[in-house]
Amino acid sequence: MTTQAPYITRRALTAGTQDTTQLLRHAALQARSRKFSEILIVDADAHHYETESWPDIVARIEDPVIRRQASGASTLRDTTSILPGTTSNDIELSGRIPRYGNRVREMGNESEPRDVTLIRRSMTAMGIDYTVLFPGPLLRLGFHPSPEYEVQVARAYARWLTEVILPADKHIKTMLYLPFQDPLACLRLVQEFGDRSGVIGFLVACYRDRSVDDNAYMPLYAELERRRFPIAFHSSVEWTERHFAVMNRYLSIHALGMPFNHMVHMTNWVINGLPERFPGLRTIWIEGGLAFVPFLMQRLDSVYMMRSSEAPLLRKMPSDYMREFFYTSQPLEVPLHNLDVLKTTFQMINAETQLLYASDYPHWDFDLPSQIYDLPFLSESQKLRILGQNAASLFRLDETVS
Amino acid sequence: MPEILVGRVDEFDDDTRVIIELEGAREIGVLRVGNEFYAYSNRCLHQGGPVCEGIVIGKVNVVLDDEKRALGRVFASELNIVCPWHGWEFDLKTGQSASEPSFRLHKFPVRVEEGSVYLIV
Repeated sequence: MTTQAPYITRRALTAGTQDTTQLLRHAALQARSRKFSEILIVDADAHHYETESWPDIVARIEDPVIRRQASGASTLRDTTSILPGTTSNDIELSGRIPRYGNRVREMGNESEPRDVTLIRRSMTAMGIDYTVLFPGPLLRLGFHPSPEYEVQVARAYARWLTEVILPADKHIKTMLYLPFQDPLACLRLVQEFGDRSGVIGFLVACYRDRSVDDNAYMPLYAELERRRFPIAFHSSVEWTERHFAVMNRYLSIHALGMPFNHMVHMTNWVINGLPERFPGLRTIWIEGGLAFVPFLMQRLDSVYMMRSSEAPLLRKMPSDYMREFFYTSQPLEVPLHNLDVLKTTFQMINAETQLLYASDYPHWDFDLPSQIYDLPFLSESQKLRILGQNAASLFRLDETVS
Repeated sequence: MPEILVGRVDEFDDDTRVIIELEGAREIGVLRVGNEFYAYSNRCLHQGGPVCEGIVIGKVNVVLDDEKRALGRVFASELNIVCPWHGWEFDLKTGQSASEPSFRLHKFPVRVEEGSVYLIV
């Protein structure tokens, strides 16, 4: 029996355009079949490409010399790098993940900023009610050789985001990027932007020159704790870092670098007693995966038992502090054949209250909400907490599903 | 088994992907590479991405010399199809995962007759 099917669509790969709704239509099918419209889903880590709006950000740089310097970086629009003299890390897998190249050609709506339209398209497809938005290339700004450049661009980004993007949609929130090379500038940024609508916390990314327990940061942490803002650490990795310079594949530096940088700073955070000094300051560890956490818990606990005199501020085991941290779920290391290790990981981090679903969309290793929803070892109430309720409580969001 | 007339042979080129939507939101992707036609379930085994709408690219091998020194990477003659969501790769001819052999895309037969392409479902 031969039939001419009416439900045939024909697509050309080189059409040169992109439509997020079309690209994510299978995500929308998943959302529909799982009735995501009936549950609260908060995406605790999603991104935009702020470099596509570079002139708008540059226009808000206060220092005229740096504004001039930044305006010359016109090639930023088509690259994932924001650093001088660096090239892309081939995150897009030599064109295998076409949305990196096609994205700049996706059209928005005239009535609102293009970023808002694109973000809303992916949120709608995935069934997400709130997005916590982070920058893309700017996450590497902390590696910029000039601290004053980092400060100026971070401040301009904060102004642009809070003046243009966040007011356009109350379901888009952010934790503002802190210029961590300059502790005083971080404090000023919290004081200046902390009251702006849509700001629900502050972000540290690619921190490198100072330990997170450096005394210079104590006023910043005190201010965040006083204002009840969580502080997020978003991992990132730079190929030129000493440990990773010997690695020849992005696969390798990504697999090791993202959790490694978290482990370095989490160890300093715990061993130097920051949770005891600022008991009201909640920390969120973003995009390091979860598999490293049980390793670090076991490692720190066993060594701490032998050398507790080196960590005199601690009043309980390192893993007890780590169980009180918040973690985002992406990239979830889902074992292909045996879920037991993931189940154990969830138990060890107390995922029921501490885990926040995150998509990381549109990045190359994004996770849909079904990655959490379909886990067979979670109860229904645990799924709802991880997908949205934990974040809503942490960020004090309205839990009414829209 | 029912056949679906997918189109004319000359309506396909290497960049064309024909998506057939079946009941229950199932999708089958038909593609042509050279003179061969392939049809697979358009749902990646990873997170459900539209795998048939990804690029087709040579499988990458490393060339080793007699002393097992790596001389560089080359594209093999075998082709893979790559899911555009996350980059999972599958052998174009068999649908087998490039990295985990027990994973395989569901393959459907395609018949070409008198310039027309038929999908057998």
